[in-house]
Amino acid sequence: MKTLWNILVVDDEEAMCESMAAWLREDGYKVDTAFSGRQAVELAREKSYAICFMDLKMPGGMDGIETMMELRRLNPDTAVIIITAYATVDTAIAAMKEGAQEYMVKPCNPEEISLLVERIIKVKRLQRENELLRKRLLRQYEFRDIITKNARMQDILALTKEIASLRSTVLIRGESGTGKELIARAIHFSGDRASRPFVSVSCAALAETLLESELFGYEKGAFTGAAAQTKGKFELANGGTLFLDEIGDISPKLQGDLLRVLQERRFYRVGGSEEVPVDVRVVAATHRDLREAVRQGHFREDLYYRLNVIEIFLPPLRERREDIPLLTEHLIERIGNEVGKDITGVTDGAMRILMDHHWPGNVRELENAIERAIVTCRGSILTEDDFAFLAESVRARSQWVLPPNMTLQELEKQAIVATLDRTQGNIKEAAAVLGIDRSTLYEKIKKYEIPR
Amino acid sequence: MSRLYVAAVGDVSQANLALALECVEQEFQLPVVGLPAIAEPPGAFDERRAQYRAVDFLLAVVRSSPGDGKVVALTERDIFIPMLTFLFGQAQLGGVAALVSAARLRQEFYGLPADAAVFRRRLRTEVLHEGGHAFGLIHCPDRSCAMSLATSIQQLDLKQDAFCAGCRRALAERIREFRGNEI
Repeated sequence: MKTLWNILVVDDEEAMCESMAAWLREDGYKVDTAFSGRQAVELAREKSYAICFMDLKMPGGMDGIETMMELRRLNPDTAVIIITAYATVDTAIAAMKEGAQEYMVKPCNPEEISLLVERIIKVKRLQRENELLRKRLLRQYEFRDIITKNARMQDILALTKEIASLRSTVLIRGESGTGKELIARAIHFSGDRASRPFVSVSCAALAETLLESELFGYEKGAFTGAAAQTKGKFELANGGTLFLDEIGDISPKLQGDLLRVLQERRFYRVGGSEEVPVDVRVVAATHRDLREAVRQGHFREDLYYRLNVIEIFLPPLRERREDIPLLTEHLIERIGNEVGKDITGVTDGAMRILMDHHWPGNVRELENAIERAIVTCRGSILTEDDFAFLAESVRARSQWVLPPNMTLQELEKQAIVATLDRTQGNIKEAAAVLGIDRSTLYEKIKKYEIPR
Repeated sequence: MSRLYVAAVGDVSQANLALALECVEQEFQLPVVGLPAIAEPPGAFDERRAQYRAVDFLLAVVRSSPGDGKVVALTERDIFIPMLTFLFGQAQLGGVAALVSAARLRQEFYGLPADAAVFRRRLRTEVLHEGGHAFGLIHCPDRSCAMSLATSIQQLDLKQDAFCAGCRRALAERIREFRGNEI
């Protein structure tokens, strides 16, 4: 694999250049030679070099340090090793200051050079590997993974790209399971902050005091059990993006605290007296109509306007049915790989069921349905039988008789209690069965005061 | 006919030349012919370093090549390239000439008592190494293979005077090509 790496040897003495190049070629590297700084720069414009051996003193206008600066401007990743016959502390310092990786006095011990080249290549290989893994990770959140041909969704994706590198707060609205967090991640990972952290907090999952310390961190001794100073999500997300899911559920006090951070970009840790500055882009999400919550006095108007600088409304799946075949294909491929089953597609009958279903839990419900069908199916194509549970649930719904004098809220509470009972309190499972996400379930448990 | 030649640059003992010739014949499986000694190129000696320029020596070998094969040459001189303090040998990668210096292969160079067996083993290893380069082989990661890089006598002594299975296969392929080219 050594041939992947290009090395450049720059020296005005041809014998020095060529003999060094020949020695390195025996090690399997691709080596070019240049007899002047200018020639080196020309070569570096065409090709990127992993390592450059550069003579310090060269006639003809450009010396080693000048050439190195130009090479590093063309390709900052090139490791430059400055070689000189006459070492002085001043030139060594100057070379290192301008970014030389090493400074060597010729003639060099072959062992020393061999180890140095090996060490640099090893680091470069790790960097390349890291970059590849990072790209693979980023790809999970790239736009191409948001599968859609729906015009409204396409507009949303275009907007998402445009605003990715801004600092403005974004408010994402949409029903549970429409992919609010996916959009938030897409904004983060396609903008300037992609290399910085993306931190996600579900505001519905935690009680007010817990959420406060979760967001802002706490000082040692701030409360019982606060054994050491702890960073909150705002600090952890510094330089990056903080995703606040179910923002509509936070208490009036936290609304005030949040407004202060958004306005002043600084906050106090719980129990702290020192202000902590922070550079965080906030992306908030809610399934609630916040404008209505403001009108009813449940949500601060100033915070609403602060959050709602850019608003994205994600349509429910039933309003973008044309995406169902595409999503199905994508999910089958992904989940099939995950569970190790080679599923090639769905029958026409099964697709009809999927197209006709109401999908109250949106894409997440579709994902769960496909996962369930893949796990239980026997063949390599998902059939109507594999999705029979969807039809049954529809039938069960239509045959079910509503008890008299029951409010919608009581009905919802009963459904949650029954499901939690069936899943023996397993939130993840219950949320999947109910077709809502975990944070929504937590929020409803809190709202209906369901004992757990 | 594709041949391998063995030659001395300057004074080299008959015994060492015979050793190199035997080793080349055995490992490269080609007809080997001894060439008359090649004169040391004038001006190759660097007074400041008290060493000889490897490139000048290698060019002298190229100039003396009969043109129908590759030449593995031996010298007793301590050789160098400007960038490095010393070399055990140098070759044109996939080219005509390979050069091995015996100067640093002797125990005496390191202040130790002479050991003919150790010297012979080292010489064989380096002849194979530089000869392998002349056939286009690059350094092998297997530390015990003759084609691995040795930048010190300790590393050289870790090597065997034989190619590893992978290098042997690659060499056989190159030798086939070499024979094909010459027909």
